[in-house]
Amino acid sequence: MLGFEGSFGTTLKHTSQSGVAFTEKITKGNSPIWVGREFSKCSGCRKCEIACSLSHENKIWPEASRVRVFMLVPGTEFPHLCTQCEDYPCVAACPIKALGVNKKTSAVTTDLTKCTGCGKCVDACPGKVPHIHPKTKKILICDLCGGDPLCAKVCQEGGWNCLRVVDREDHEFKLFARPPEETAKALATKLYGEKAEEFL
Amino acid sequence: MLGYNGKFLEVDLSNSSFKDITVPDEWLRDYIGGRALAAKILSERLIHKWETVDPLGPENLLFFMPGPFTGYFPGGRTCVTGKSPQSNGMVGSTVGGEFGVELRCAGYDGIIVSGKAEKPVYLFIKDSDVELRDAGGIWGKDAKQTEALLNKECRHLLAERYPRVGLWRQPAKLYIGPAGERKVRTSVVIAKWTHAAGYGGYGAVMGSKNLKAVAVKGTGPLPEVADMKKVKQMIDEACEGAYGNVLWRRWGTGGGGYSFGAETSSEPVRNWQEEWHDQKSYAVDQFENKVWVKPAWSDFGCPTNCLKISCIRSGKYKGAITDNPDYELQAFLGPNLGLFTPEENVYLSSLIEDLGMCGIQGGSTLGFAAELYQRGILTKADLDGIDLKWGDVEAFAALLRKIASREGIGDILAEGTYRAALELGKLKGKNLLPYTVTGKGISIGAHGIRSGRDFSREIGYACSVQGGDHTSQTDLPIDGWGSEIWTIFNDSAVVCIFTSFNISSTFRYDFYTAITGQPLKRKEWLNGGGLKTLQIQRAMLLLGGPDLKWNPTVDDDNPARFYEPLPTGPCKGQAADRASVKRKVKQYYEQAGWDQNGIPTQKTLAKLKLNYIDESLRRLRV
Repeated sequence: MLGFEGSFGTTLKHTSQSGVAFTEKITKGNSPIWVGREFSKCSGCRKCEIACSLSHENKIWPEASRVRVFMLVPGTEFPHLCTQCEDYPCVAACPIKALGVNKKTSAVTTDLTKCTGCGKCVDACPGKVPHIHPKTKKILICDLCGGDPLCAKVCQEGGWNCLRVVDREDHEFKLFARPPEETAKALATKLYGEKAEEFL
Repeated sequence: MLGYNGKFLEVDLSNSSFKDITVPDEWLRDYIGGRALAAKILSERLIHKWETVDPLGPENLLFFMPGPFTGYFPGGRTCVTGKSPQSNGMVGSTVGGEFGVELRCAGYDGIIVSGKAEKPVYLFIKDSDVELRDAGGIWGKDAKQTEALLNKECRHLLAERYPRVGLWRQPAKLYIGPAGERKVRTSVVIAKWTHAAGYGGYGAVMGSKNLKAVAVKGTGPLPEVADMKKVKQMIDEACEGAYGNVLWRRWGTGGGGYSFGAETSSEPVRNWQEEWHDQKSYAVDQFENKVWVKPAWSDFGCPTNCLKISCIRSGKYKGAITDNPDYELQAFLGPNLGLFTPEENVYLSSLIEDLGMCGIQGGSTLGFAAELYQRGILTKADLDGIDLKWGDVEAFAALLRKIASREGIGDILAEGTYRAALELGKLKGKNLLPYTVTGKGISIGAHGIRSGRDFSREIGYACSVQGGDHTSQTDLPIDGWGSEIWTIFNDSAVVCIFTSFNISSTFRYDFYTAITGQPLKRKEWLNGGGLKTLQIQRAMLLLGGPDLKWNPTVDDDNPARFYEPLPTGPCKGQAADRASVKRKVKQYYEQAGWDQNGIPTQKTLAKLKLNYIDESLRRLRV
């Protein structure tokens, strides 16, 4: 509860300023970025999905969004998106080398002319994050919007601060690639205590 | 037409059959979607025998209707409607959440349900794959259990039937609790534990059809729009406006529990015997600091997050979970029962939601019963030993459970405040209507008219086609911003009014044009689809039946209590003015094109090409 005032009333300016600052630094330095995520701040508005699908599909298309908000227990909504694991197990698992890594941003790249939608990358992902596009039947993985992720931008605009672009420093990013059931359980426990057991 | 999928799903539960249907483009243009379009379809099918249709019988139709705005306009809503077991007319009741978005992504513009299933079932939709499934395992479960069980089963089904797509998310769901299953007339259609299509009693309609839930997963995009660039720009504009409302975003309607009592003096206190209180224990900071565990909770695309989540983590009420509570539940399950602490309010709100009852209607009935107890009309023996004193939260919880299970006196109170007053009145040999605060069988929302300080108006409830529904009040002039015709647009497009305070008055019409490509001006709506819907709903309300009918000369009025002077507070002594109300009702009739008995005239209906409505109304014109 503390920090609510900060996160809503006053940080709009700060966050957009810092967002711009990050973007500038990254563009100049060509350093990899990461979408920082603080799941308990997610309001469940899914503006990240709307922005993602509008940008990539020019449509509002939740199941074709690269970031997907899981809502397994009311109140525990959180965005599920690629964390760019240090060892990129999805890339390693692709039998036809359709996946790669963008050195500038650290995003996983997808060669859709090659992808067969076999799903081996999904199996390899510790968080089961990638999914198959409902129409093209090819894999969907976050491309970090080429270095300026729109999901984080809209989250910042709204002052929720659940998603935020940061420099990719040395951290255990893979820890954020958890199956959504696990994350939902943790968030439910945080919100509802032992009662959470009943909801999953 | 752009902005639509072009098909509706029709489900007949009596023979487990489905078909895709279309409606004429002309209907879509006139009636848009949601409430208005449902009114059109419902009247075309049933108006000729309206009085004989039992709202809780298989003949009634149940609609789940998003609109062309759903998913695009920030904050997704869906309209649930049909013949109402509360008013015997039609009440367009909207509910927040993701249901309408998923349904539109599944390729449907709405669902129309008829008949009655032999056994409890739920409807499972994955794009065009539609199935009725056994609901034996979830029948009897409360809201929170139902949500969990449906998520589990549906995600399992999706993974099994549609493998190789990665991890499936949850479907969106609408469902009922135990109260709906028992056809409690004040039961609701629930989304996400705490959201509800509350007014109208459609939980009971689902229950009467043995329909526990509808779960839908749509994998397509929202229907194509006419001008995506403009739509995107307008979404941003609406959100920018909403972001500027800092305190509204922070508190939602949660500030109301105190301020509608202390400042506007329009909050139900002890069943509306008063409308003023100055209990600082009930101020929003107390809710924020003591019970809110999540400060921002939104539905699809919503910039406002007026919802919060409350959870009691320790003490007597441990385990109670609800949203805010929002102002209506704060009022009806708080001061209305003589309760003034956030913890008690969260406890009762959590319970009423778990049971699947309406906070407003259910809270009204509890208050009504408590006043009868206060006056010695109901005794402890009548209440099976419950000592129903103001402020006794456990007593109210006990009575609530009895209502939801229709046990003892709960069976009568489950009929809602108005019908319970008639029934108990017979048993006690007394007129109990003076203790009901209802309009056309629907308990009035927590915005009294006596102080004149709230947004509610003198004839707002008296002349509304949705009775006591505070979200569908009306006012003079009939083409003004306070008129119900305006609300009908919101419930048809379907719009959440809490995301759009800062946008211009013509914004919605421009948004409609950007979505559908069809030009629409305010005046066209006021004299066209909006007015038509008003007449159709008025006709349904007046035809009524089978158990109750409204007499406009008596029932187009405020409840007796609003004519009693306020006994306390800054507006002490104020009351509604009978002569003024009578005069305004008459003016309203004239402006709406109704005769002196409040019945839409043949001329009015002919002008609107509603001759079939006129034919049915002939049964009322003596």
